[in-house]
Formats: sequence, structure tokens, C-alpha cells
Amino acid sequence: MSIKDIELPVPGEQFKLEILENYPPKVGKKRQKQIVINQIGADDSVPEILANTRTAPGIISMRGCAYAGCKGVVLGPTRDILQITHGPIGCGFYSWLTRRNKTRPKTLADTNYMTYALSTDLQEDEIVFGGEKKLMAAIDEAVALFHPRAIGIFATCPVGLIGDDVHAVARAAEEKYPDINIFGFSCEGYKGVSQSAGHHIANNKVFTDVVGQLDTPKEGKFRLNILGEYNIGGDAFEIERIAEGCGVTLHSTFSGNSVYDEFASAHTADLNVVMCHRSINYLAEMMETKYGIPWFKVNLVGAAATAKSFRKIASFFDDAALLKQTNDFIDKELVEVEKVQAILRPRCEGKKALLFVGGSRAHHYQELLREIGVETIAAGYEFAHRDDYEGRQVLPNIIVDADSRNIEELTVTADETRYNPRLTPERQASMEAAGFTMNDYRGMMPEMANGSLVIDDCNQYEMEKLIEYYKPDLVCAGVKEKYVVQKQGIPMKQLHSYDYMGPFAGFVGAVNFYKEIDRLINSSAFRFTKAPWDESPELSATYNN
Amino acid sequence: MRKIAIYGKGGIGKSTTTQNTVAALAESGKNIMVVGCDPKADSTRLLLNGLAQKTVLDTLRLEGEDLDLDDVVKVGFKGTRCVESGGPEPGVGCAGRGIITSINLLEQLGAFDASYNLDFTFYDVLGDVVCGGFAMPIRDGKAEEIYIVCSGEMMAMYAANNICKGIRKFAEAGTVRLGGLICNSRKVDREAELIESLAAKLGTQMIHFVPRDNLVQRAEINKKTVIDYDPTAPQADEYRKLAAAISNNTKFVIPNPLEIQELEALLMEFGIAD
Repeated sequence: MSIKDIELPVPGEQFKLEILENYPPKVGKKRQKQIVINQIGADDSVPEILANTRTAPGIISMRGCAYAGCKGVVLGPTRDILQITHGPIGCGFYSWLTRRNKTRPKTLADTNYMTYALSTDLQEDEIVFGGEKKLMAAIDEAVALFHPRAIGIFATCPVGLIGDDVHAVARAAEEKYPDINIFGFSCEGYKGVSQSAGHHIANNKVFTDVVGQLDTPKEGKFRLNILGEYNIGGDAFEIERIAEGCGVTLHSTFSGNSVYDEFASAHTADLNVVMCHRSINYLAEMMETKYGIPWFKVNLVGAAATAKSFRKIASFFDDAALLKQTNDFIDKELVEVEKVQAILRPRCEGKKALLFVGGSRAHHYQELLREIGVETIAAGYEFAHRDDYEGRQVLPNIIVDADSRNIEELTVTADETRYNPRLTPERQASMEAAGFTMNDYRGMMPEMANGSLVIDDCNQYEMEKLIEYYKPDLVCAGVKEKYVVQKQGIPMKQLHSYDYMGPFAGFVGAVNFYKEIDRLINSSAFRFTKAPWDESPELSATYNN
Repeated sequence: MRKIAIYGKGGIGKSTTTQNTVAALAESGKNIMVVGCDPKADSTRLLLNGLAQKTVLDTLRLEGEDLDLDDVVKVGFKGTRCVESGGPEPGVGCAGRGIITSINLLEQLGAFDASYNLDFTFYDVLGDVVCGGFAMPIRDGKAEEIYIVCSGEMMAMYAANNICKGIRKFAEAGTVRLGGLICNSRKVDREAELIESLAAKLGTQMIHFVPRDNLVQRAEINKKTVIDYDPTAPQADEYRKLAAAISNNTKFVIPNPLEIQELEALLMEFGIAD
């Protein structure tokens, strides 16, 4: 789909200038590099953007923390790794099912810990005297109650401050319970500049302590893992349905609707496809180096993108029957999709959206919106890095600052016995010659309109200004932005939790999303909304003794 | 009630000096409370003729909410009321947070109530102001006068200067002031002149020069202050002089911490002049 240039009612340059004028000079200097007007040049080159850098203190950021990235995002959606939050109760409680990552045990008797929130519930006493004993007691209690296959321990800020060693406790617990895989994550909330640090920490530990523990492959001819799909609102269920329909075997999803054994044997699959590049590209790369599993980027949000991705998967396996089954399945699915598109597209055509979410969703959802004619006039990520904006070719030029150095970078080498390159160099060369890209992500900006705004780590102030200047028909962001936007009478869709809806991925998801966006944009409710200050801007009152 | 905190480099003799000073004040009829703010809980050993059995934090852990002031306050030499905050084993938890918890709890329990007719409360604080917890006694108007124990050794003076940075920060926002430097002699060259000169540069005074005397060590081995162990010794009079100087002190300042170069220049001037 070709992308038309955008002409904003107020040019992006002017908007940017007026935003920057209101910042203190130092903040303005930094934000100036994080607000970019998109311009696609020759060879898809795009302007440079500053990303993955500290938020200026005082700014109301949309970002989350490293604990959220590690426990909430990456490990949260897996159902049979017992997860213990080591810290005061808030971190564990508020990360309990709030992302709406669903799971579906095969039978009622199957293990599912997702409905539990386990925390050491640290009190002042443990902060003063150390919390390691209480953590060990929590593990003992958890083992007595559940006797799980694996236990993950997640460190919160105060635990890092008082120096509790979650790894030492994990090692000691493993000696005590040799049949349980117990591992800790140093994912204290303050690590790094955003939740991105937590993703990396999670990737490292899953790679060193889980993947490769079990050498039994799943049955199936064409076996792959999907990395970076977290089953929000049932997305992974829809993707599983499509995978089955196309004839490929989904070995493990990292980590939507997954179980420990699938992680542990993921290295036996023949392909990794990466959905959310930001949160899990580390694992894809490390698995390629250690086990020889190739990877490429897919997008399973948007009907056309899903079709394209599954066709690419089929052509990777180079099997005529698979290709035919895939094409037939997709063609059949697209009938309903196109029917709904035809009805809803005229109702939504030309509407304008702002998209500030995630480290890949701000990119993926643009395709889905475009399918019903909604244009994205401004977009940005909360926690992505430059490669997610500009494409992986910028990786060698990214300056690694002290905040990133603080996160461990594993040195990975090929496994002595299990390294098995799935593609011969000749086959890879011939695939690449035919235009098949591996190990690549082009980034969001080459797929955005010229003249649109790209804003990294957007904040409440800038969001309010965007709404004031551009009067969008739809805003997609997270819960922190939701009510600020809705109170201004603008429809808002949460793309972290989907506001009790979903799935939005795949073909069924696309149809769900088109209908939801139509309902939001064309609903009269928002037009009838009058805020009290619209009618009487000043309140007056008297005080009686 | 005057609220006094004693700071200084680790091992400089804070606890010994504090307890001897307190003993001298108690001898002259003053009502005094001593709050030890060190996880080792050895700040009241000489006044109690041995370690206090229970610290505030241990008691809090064991007794939970049913905590009584009498559980943690022990009466020592001539009626001095002695409390130890306590804290974690070395290398675990957060001692600083422990001090905050403990002092708040003492206030809640009414340890400083008017009914005790306290003339002085002394906070004996571990080492340097390393983190927010160790600054607790000088925050929120708890201690209002600070004395820094130091000697003519470079690192002791460096620590004293550093502590002044902490005092300045809290003094500007609150009521805490520096009352002076206590020189606990290590017999280095021209020590009194050096500390007097440092005090002048900081904007304060050397409130007393405590000479070195092996009697202090002997008294400590017997779990006693010098005043208690040998009241007629000249060293006991030195502590009486220090106590009187603190009691009569009226010079309370916001210190001006020195730049490291100034501090080194001072040492050059006095330390290696001969």
C-alpha cells in the first residue's frame, strides 16, 4: 500500500517550534532531537531521531519501569512459571493480570498460575534487616502449595536499594529443590530509562536459564516460534488458529499462551519470527548465534500484514504444499475481512489518528488503521530505540550510553553440540537474491507519511498540544493517557490492554478492530460530551463560618 | 530540652566522648537521654556498664505493635536514659532506614515527653552522613546542635568537613546548627592549632581539646566512663570541662565547608611545618 504525503493544518515545523519554546532551554534542546518531521529520502532513508534516553525530570512521561517490562510484559503471559515479586505489595498487586494477557490451559487439570499474585509483601522490618529470609520462606511456601516446574523471582526497587541478592536466594532454593528451575531477575524498576531495560533483563535470563533445558521437539514438519506476541485480549489464540490453518506448527510463543516446556525446548524449532522487535530481538539474535535458528520480522496486526507474514513463513519452508495451503487459507479468510472493510472504509476514510504506544504497536497499528482509511498524523514509541524508528541498519551507529551499559549484554557463542544452522549459506544467498530479507527490521518511519510527526517518549503536555493543534478523530495510547484524552471529547483506544476487547491481531482481530474504531469515531456520544468548564469556565463559591 | 547530635569519622571516639560528656553532665544534676544511632548498639555501653539487652528495632520485630517505652529505655549512670536504635547485621538490609524507623518510633512512644524533664538528648550517630538515614537526627528539627568529633589526622578532618556539607544542607532549610569541633587528640603535630584553624575556616570553634590518656582505655575495659571509673583523675576533669563548654555554648552557626584544596593547604601549613 503506497502512503500519501500528509499536509497538516499547522505544519509540523511550526508545531515543533511552539512546543520547544515552552521548555527550559536544556529540555528543549533534548526534545528537539526527539520530535521529528518524517521525510523519506532515497533508499528509504529517514531523519535521525533521539530515542532510549532519559526522560527529563518533571515531565509527565508515558513510560513504565524495568519491573513492568520484565515481569509484566515478557514473563507475565506464561502460565506455569510461578512468579514471585520480591518487594512491597504494590508492585505485585498492580501487575496482576492488568495487561489482560490471556492464557488457555489445555484441560482444567492443567497448571495455570496466572490467576495468582505472589509477593513477599516486604514490610519496614525487612527493609531494615534484609528480605532474603522472607524470600526463601516465600519460595518454601510456594513449593509446598504448588510444586511448580519453575519459579521466577522479580526484584523491585527497594530490594535493589537494600542489596538483597535474588540470584543467591534462587541458587540456594534450587539446591533445596533440585527438580525445580528457579531463577531471579534483577529488574528493579529504576534500571535503565524505561521498561525496555526490563525486556532485555528478561530476555537474558530466559535465554541462559530456560531455553535449551529440554531437547524434545514438538511433532510437526514446519516448526517455528513466534517471539514478542503477548496474547493481549486473545491475540495469540487468533495467531494459533491462523498458524494451524496455514499448516505450520507453532512450537512456542514468547510469551502469549505459553508454558515452560515450550520455552525450554524452543531451540528445537527451525525458525523464529519476531513480532515485537523491541522487547525480544535480543532472544532472536542469541538463539541464532547459539543454535543456528534464523529469524525475520513479521507483523500480525492488520489483515494485509498478517497475510504477507504467513506467506513469507510458508516460502521460508520452501514447500509447495505448504505454500498452497497457506494461500488458500488466507484467501478464504480475506473474504470476510474485505467485506467488512468495504462497509466501514467509507465511514472512516480520511479520519486522523495519533498513536503513542509501545515499542512496536505504534508501528503495527498504523497498518490496521490504514486498512479502513484512517491516517496516522503523529506517532511515537514510549520505550523503543532508534532501530525501531529508523531500521536496523542504524544499529552500528547507535551511541551506547551509560544507562544502556548498566544492562548486561551477554556474550553468546555457538553451542558445541546443538548448533545447527537451518539454512545453508547457498540457500540463504539465493533467498536473499530473490528479495527475501532475514534478520531485518525496517522500522516505523519508512512506513509513515512524509510530513507526519514522529515523537519519541511523548508526554502529557505534548499530547495536549497535539490535540489542540490537530484535533484528531482518534487517539490510541495507554491508560495514563486515556482519561485526559476522553475528557476533551476525543475517542480513545487503549492499545496496551485493548479496553476489555480483542483480539485485534490476525484476520478475526482486524475485523474486531475495524468495527471498534468505527464505533468510536462515528459514535455521537463524544460530540454530546460537554465538560463543565465548557459551559462555565470559572467556578465561584463562598465560605460561610 | 537541648537536642544534640554527635558526628565524626568512624573510630574517632564519638561514643566514648559522648558518654563521658553525658556522665559529667549527669554528675552535675542534668537529666539526659542518649540515643545510640549505630547498628552495633554500643553507644550506651559505658553508661549502662555493659550492652543494653534490647534495641528499639529488635524489640519492634519481636513485640510488634505492643511496644512499651520501658522495653527499650534503660536507666544508666546517675539516671541517664539510654536507648539503642540497633539495626541489621553488617551487609544486609538498610541501617539508614532503621534509624529513621527507630527515631520515629521513639517519638511516637513519647520518649522525649516533657514529663521526663530532660535537659539534654544526645544522638550518637555512626560515622559519616553517608545517606538519608544517617542524616535523620538532624532533619525535621530533631537534633538542633551538632558537635563533630575529630583529630588532627587528615581523614578525620576530611570527614568533619564532609559532615559540615550535610549540616549546611539541612541548616539552610531548618533549625540545625553546628556548635563546634571536639578535638579528641591523636597526638599529631600542632594538633590544637590545626583544629582551631579548621574551626575558624568553617566558621565555628574548637569547643574543647581532649588530651589522649590511656585511662580512657582502662575505664572502657571496665565498661565505665572515666567519670565513673576514676572521678578524681585529671582526664575526668577534661570531660567535665567539655561538658561545661557545651552546656554554656552560645555559638551556633551554619558552617562553610572547605574546598579540598583549602583543606590540604591547611595541613601543609601546620602538619609539615617543622
